[in-house]
Amino acid sequence: MGRAEVKNATERILMCGNEAMAEAAILAGCDAYFGYPITPQNEISVYMARRMAEEGRVFIQSESELAAINMVFGASATGKRAMTSSSSPGISLMQEGMSYLAGAELPAVVINVMRGGPGLGNIAPAQGDYFQATRGGGHGDYKTIVFGPASVQEMADCMPLAFDLADQYRMTAMILADGVLGQMMEPLTLEPKTRRELPPKDWALTGRKGREQNIVRSLWLADGALERLNEKLQAKYRAVQAKEVRCEEYRMEDAEIVVVAYGIVARIARAAVDAARDDGIPLGLLRPITLWPFPSQQISRAAEEFRLFLTMEMSAGQMVEDVRLAVAGKAPVLFYGRMGGGLPTLDEVLGKIRELTVRT
Amino acid sequence: MKTLFRRTPVLKDCPTHYCPGCGHGIAHRLLAEVIDELGIQDRTIGIAPVGCAVLAYNYIDVDMIEVAHGRAPAVATGMKRCNPDKIIFSYQGDGDLAAIGTAEIIHAAHRAEQLTVIFINNAVFGMTGGQMAPTTILGQVTATTPQGRQSNGQGYPLQISELLAILPGAIYVERCALSSVPRIRQTKAALKHAFELQMQGAQGLSLVEILSPCPTYWRMSPSEAMQWIEDHMSKVFPIGRLKDAGKDD
Repeated sequence: MGRAEVKNATERILMCGNEAMAEAAILAGCDAYFGYPITPQNEISVYMARRMAEEGRVFIQSESELAAINMVFGASATGKRAMTSSSSPGISLMQEGMSYLAGAELPAVVINVMRGGPGLGNIAPAQGDYFQATRGGGHGDYKTIVFGPASVQEMADCMPLAFDLADQYRMTAMILADGVLGQMMEPLTLEPKTRRELPPKDWALTGRKGREQNIVRSLWLADGALERLNEKLQAKYRAVQAKEVRCEEYRMEDAEIVVVAYGIVARIARAAVDAARDDGIPLGLLRPITLWPFPSQQISRAAEEFRLFLTMEMSAGQMVEDVRLAVAGKAPVLFYGRMGGGLPTLDEVLGKIRELTVRT
Repeated sequence: MKTLFRRTPVLKDCPTHYCPGCGHGIAHRLLAEVIDELGIQDRTIGIAPVGCAVLAYNYIDVDMIEVAHGRAPAVATGMKRCNPDKIIFSYQGDGDLAAIGTAEIIHAAHRAEQLTVIFINNAVFGMTGGQMAPTTILGQVTATTPQGRQSNGQGYPLQISELLAILPGAIYVERCALSSVPRIRQTKAALKHAFELQMQGAQGLSLVEILSPCPTYWRMSPSEAMQWIEDHMSKVFPIGRLKDAGKDD
C-alpha cells in the first residue's frame, strides 16, 4: 500500500480503515506509537513504522502487548501523545496497563480491531469485546471513552477527537473497530483538525527544573485516599457522560421500529432500513458512535415514542444490555446476533426484521 | 567549621518506612548522592517498582512514576525514546525484575535502550511477606520454601545479570553489595558510571545489581545479614564487573 499523500486537505483518497486511523493519528499529533503484531490490525503498525520515521517521531515494535501499553504509559507520563493498537487477544493483555493508566489519570489512545473469540478465536470480524471495552476491562472502578466508528472516514475522524478527549479528561480513549472496518478500503478525506483548548499538562514528568517534584502514581495507601481518588474519577466520568455522547439517527422521524447497531453492523442495518422502508416497514436506525458514554438518554427518549427495538451485534448480545437499561421496560427489546466472526448479510437481517415484526 | 557529612539535597528530609537494617536506605542514599554529584536532579525521571521501594518517590526528590510489577523497563523505554535529553532510571527488586518483569528487562537490554537500571537483589519478596524469589539461594528458608529452597521443584537461583551481560545491547553490568564500607563505596562508583554512560549517550543499557540485606525476612540481625551476604549470597552471585563494553574491548 502506497503512502497517503495528504497534501491537499480536500483531496479524496482511498485507504483501508487501519491505515486511515494511523495517518489520522499522525495528523492529530501522535508523538509515539508502540505495538505488537496481531491480525487483523497489522496495517497500522506497518504504516506507522514507515510514517513515524518520516515524521521523526517514535515507533517501537514491542516484545508484547504488556510492554506496548506500558511504553504508552511511560510516554504519556512525560506529556507526549502516545498510542497503541491491537486486536482482541492483545487487548486482553493490555488490560493491566489500562487500569494503571486510569488510576494514574494518564491520557492514552488505544485501537482495538476486534476479531472472533474467545481464546485465540479466529481473525474474522467480531464485536465480542464490547463488555471489556465499555465496562473498564481491567481491575478497579474505571471507564474508558469508546468510539464505535462505522466507516473508514469515521475511523479517521475519531482519531483527533480521541487524542483531544484523552488529554482533556486525562483518560484512555479507545477506538473499537472490527476486522472488516480495519481491512475495508473506502474513499475519505484527511485533514488536520485544530485541537480543542486543552488544559496544560502541568502534571507531566519533565524533570523538576523550576518547580516541585511531580509524581505519577496509582497507589494510595493512606486512610480514605483511594476513595477520594475514586470519587474524583467518577466525577470526571459523569462529566464525560454529560458532554461527550455521540450518536447518529437515521430515518427515525416516522419510524415505529428502531434498530440499534454500531460499527460495521450499523452499515448493514442502514441498508436494511432503506430496504425495509421500500417494503413499507417503518424502520429507523439509532447508531451509537460513542459506546461509552452510551447514548442512554437518546434511547430512553426514543422508548417513549417507538413500539419496538431491535439490537443487532456481532456478539452473543452485549450492547443489547445497555439498550435494555436505557429502554427500562418501556418497549420490547429484541436481539439478533452472529458470533465467532460471522458477519450478517443484508438478506439475513431483512429476513430477521420481517420475522420479528410479524411476530411482535 | 568544616562540614564532613550532610543530607544530600536529592533525598527529602523525612524518615523512611524501611525496616531496621534494610539495604534500601543505603541504596537510596548512594543513588541520591550520584544524582546530586552529576548535577542531573532537574532532568532525571525515576521509576519506582512494586515492592518495598514502591514509595521511593517519597524519599528521592526527582520526578518519579510508579508502575505495574515488572513493567519498569517498558515504561522507561517509552519515556526515554520520547525524551532523549532526560536521564531515566528504574529501581527494581528481584521479584519485580527477575520474576514477573523478566521479559521487559531482557528486551529493554536487547533493544539497547539508553537506560540505567538499579537492581536490588535481596533474595526474597520483601513487601509481600518474604516469599521465595528467583534469586533465593538453595537451602534458603523463605515463607514459601519452609524446608529451604530445593533445586528439584523450585529451581536454581536466577543469575539475571549474567544473562543480560551476554546481550550486545547491555553495555555495562556490574554486581555490587552493601555488606561493607568498601563494597558500599564500590556500589556508588558503579551507579555513577551507569549514569555517566547514559549522560554520554552510550548506545545501550546499564545495570547495577546490588546485593542488599533483608534482615526481617532472612530472620537475622542487621549485622548477621551483612555477614550472610559475604558468606553465602556472594558465593552464588559473584561480586564484580560482568561487562563494560567501553573498557572490555
